[in-house]
Amino acid sequence: MANNADTKVRERNKRYNKYVKAVTPSSAFIKSLFNAFWVGGLTCTIGQLFGDIYRLIFPDLGEKFIVNLSSITLITIAILFTGLGFYDAIGRKGGAGSFLPITGFANAMASASMEFKTEGLILGTSVKLFSVVGPVIVNGVVWSSVVALIYYFAMGVIG
Amino acid sequence: MLLEKLIAYPIVFVVGGAICALAQILIIKTKLTPARILVIFLIIGILLEGIGIYDPINKFAQAGISVPIIGFGAALTRGAIKATAKYGFLGAFAGGLMETAFGIGVAIMASYLVTLIFSSKSKQ
Repeated sequence: MANNADTKVRERNKRYNKYVKAVTPSSAFIKSLFNAFWVGGLTCTIGQLFGDIYRLIFPDLGEKFIVNLSSITLITIAILFTGLGFYDAIGRKGGAGSFLPITGFANAMASASMEFKTEGLILGTSVKLFSVVGPVIVNGVVWSSVVALIYYFAMGVIG
Repeated sequence: MLLEKLIAYPIVFVVGGAICALAQILIIKTKLTPARILVIFLIIGILLEGIGIYDPINKFAQAGISVPIIGFGAALTRGAIKATAKYGFLGAFAGGLMETAFGIGVAIMASYLVTLIFSSKSKQ
């Protein structure tokens, strides 16, 4: 009988521990959030800095081209870092902070294309270049077209 | 003018960081793969631009929202809507790529060059 009660207590303790573990955010979770926050934030800040520098150097280029120019700069740096092998370290530390910005998009292209270089430039590199970012381009084109078509027909109906 | 520019930096950092932290929560709590998270945030960007609230957010957060993939989705939609106004309904299919062509073109070219020059570390 005593033995039975003992098992009950032990089982209850086990359940309790499981519950505590489920509701307490683990320190690894908090740390990865913090890392994603500062890596992502820093990437955006660098993008902003390039924009401001270009606005200063080329005052008559127009806002649209300045924005394009700063994205191109971020993309080129990220791809160069991928080639040199630095981006892996950023990716391991930053998690979402490293793949959600445009730099992560560029890194995904370059790392896939480099990884499959051994299978040839056509069937390796050229095929796998879009293996990660393909879904982004496909969904981007499909859904932005849908939004634009809704605009188009709505305008037609409204006049 | 300069003060205005400097004030933008902490805002850019916090907004950009918060978006990435949100994506990190999604990864850990839902076990979604990065590719799916990218598509989810891309579609958020498309919707924000579609209902017209991306521009006011962009005025406030600047690179904080335009550097994450949300900005890419918004740019695609902005281009598609603009081209539709100019070329009629066929513009909807071309405008997005026209607007983002600089980024995509440079990314393809740079990836190709880097692949020719360097070899993947993991394969050695």
